[in-house]
Amino acid sequence: MAGIEFKRVAKQYPGSQPTVPGLDLSVRDGEFMVLVGPSGCGKSTTLRMIAGLESVSGGELWIGDRLVNDVAPGERDVAMVFQNYALYPHMTVFENMAFGLRVRREPEAVIREKIERAAQTLGLAELLRRKPGQLSGGQCQRVALGRAMVRDPQVFLFDEPLSNLDAELRVQMRANIARLHREFATTSVYVTHDQVEAMTLGQRIAILNAGELMQVGTPMELYNDPDNVFVAGFMGSPPMNIIPVRNGGERVSNRLLDLSLAGLSGLGGELLLGLRPEKLEYAAAAPDHWPRLRAAIEMVETLGAEMLVHLGVGEERLVARLPGLRPLAAGETIELAFDPQAVYLFDAGSRQRIRLAQPAGHAEPVL
Amino acid sequence: MSSSRIATGVLAAAAGPGATARIKAVLGDIFSWRFALLLFAGAVVVYPLLWVVSLAFSGQQSLQLVELPDDAGFWQQLVALVPLPQQWSLENFRAVLTEQPFMRWLLNSLVVSLSTTVVGLALSCSAAYAFSRFRFPGRDRGLVLFLISQMFPAVLMLIPLYVIVVQWLGLGNSWLGLILVYAITALPFCVWMLKGYFDTLPYEIEESALLEGASRFTIFYRIILPLARPAIAVTGLFSFMTAWNEFILASIFMDDEALYTVPVGLRFFVSDYASEWGYFAAGAILVSLPVIALFMALQRFLVSGLSAGAVKG
Repeated sequence: MAGIEFKRVAKQYPGSQPTVPGLDLSVRDGEFMVLVGPSGCGKSTTLRMIAGLESVSGGELWIGDRLVNDVAPGERDVAMVFQNYALYPHMTVFENMAFGLRVRREPEAVIREKIERAAQTLGLAELLRRKPGQLSGGQCQRVALGRAMVRDPQVFLFDEPLSNLDAELRVQMRANIARLHREFATTSVYVTHDQVEAMTLGQRIAILNAGELMQVGTPMELYNDPDNVFVAGFMGSPPMNIIPVRNGGERVSNRLLDLSLAGLSGLGGELLLGLRPEKLEYAAAAPDHWPRLRAAIEMVETLGAEMLVHLGVGEERLVARLPGLRPLAAGETIELAFDPQAVYLFDAGSRQRIRLAQPAGHAEPVL
Repeated sequence: MSSSRIATGVLAAAAGPGATARIKAVLGDIFSWRFALLLFAGAVVVYPLLWVVSLAFSGQQSLQLVELPDDAGFWQQLVALVPLPQQWSLENFRAVLTEQPFMRWLLNSLVVSLSTTVVGLALSCSAAYAFSRFRFPGRDRGLVLFLISQMFPAVLMLIPLYVIVVQWLGLGNSWLGLILVYAITALPFCVWMLKGYFDTLPYEIEESALLEGASRFTIFYRIILPLARPAIAVTGLFSFMTAWNEFILASIFMDDEALYTVPVGLRFFVSDYASEWGYFAAGAILVSLPVIALFMALQRFLVSGLSAGAVKG
């Protein structure tokens, strides 16, 4: 097993903007790291550079204590699970899993034993003689996992492995992958665009945007303490409300809300205020010192246990996640309140987080 | 489609009530202009074939199957157009196979065609794989050149090929010369055909094998070739048939009667000095049998191979 180290790693295709301008990232030995970001953010390219399927245009890429910039994919001792499974259609499940081992000329008895063990773990024992065409999507993905497992590589790579599965299977496979990682603790890098997958699977998450690393951290660090608007908007569903506010020196305000904060002097006149939908509560039950806001309901999405209430005043839009106890209708005006400690501030220009001195501003919430 | 609908219609009629409407629909199909057109087109294709079969089995050498008196009436002339011999006989087949060097020619054709297929497939599979998977200088131009070479009639190459193969390489009157020429002239089509199919195979499969430590050659041999079997079958069939049916080049390259391929040999049954139409017809039927057998054997690949190669995924 081994960690992975990116040192100013760049990827540029001839005659175009760099896909990854220069990435610094370290994946610890045995860690489950998720790369997440919108499509085109360079996360797949990054993963494929680890695999050796894309060349590295600049910087250094280390796996363990080996500089792998110029090492062929087959010699990096990494295994990859692809989105479309990439099974060999003309081979049985057994032959699929045996292929890599046979290429390495392992003894047939060892191959058989390894495959049987993996098949047991993944519940594939009954399917070993089938061909991929006779399997369901979920089964195919388990075979792909098994094929990666039997090689016992230093690093597992996952390229959106669950995107082709239906919702229910995805949850199951997510649990499967998490369990396998707990059992084998092999260094894993997992690419997805789905932040729920990222939150549930990743020990740490690296958020990428346009080839740049936005922030790395544990899921809760990213959720509670985002460095910038992008991360704040990416983690959490529905995403954090980001609304422009005017800085009045001691208060920030707009047409929706008005609250006093310390440490505002010296900041720009235009700020962005971030407030998670789940931090808004009915005003009637909230502590008196919490700021209030009144707004008309534009739309209600009922989810059963809770509802997502879309509010609007003028240009300002806000989503609140409220318990689904009382029926609300569009057009109604409601009064909500929020903990001033739960508010995030961002610079309107650089979109970077502004961390205010205590006591005002955001404090780690008590869980 | 019509025939299957007729079949289901008949089945439905046998099944019982509610069938009259279906019978009507089937009758409507049969007496439609589309059906008439199909019948006509079918007749145009089948009639000459029936004529050849009749000639072959007539046991005689004349093109006329029926002796017509000089004062034959319209009805007799019409009957003479029906391709039915006056008596059935295997004499033409016996004579072609025993009295003529036909078996020898058949063997020549078989050797040349099979070798062409093997050489052609080896060249075109590897070339098509390179064109499909690698980016190298001259790739696009090469593909276009292949296409352009297909736009000229093959006869244009007759003289240059004769000069190169017979005069320079001294490969006149040899199997090798024909095999080389056939394999290479079929190459552009085969490469395009196979490249189209290789393009549809997901590249992730190869990437996955690369990560497992397989070499490019292992991937090509153990993964790509088995997956491309339908396209290879079609391309192989094409190579085989080009070589099997080719006449002009073979007739120019081969002077020695013992080295004739079947099409060249057949031609000598009907020439300025002979008109043995019966032998010709019997020989023609014997020549088509291997091709028919090949078609039958490869049938299950043909539909998927042709369409898969044509449509880029």
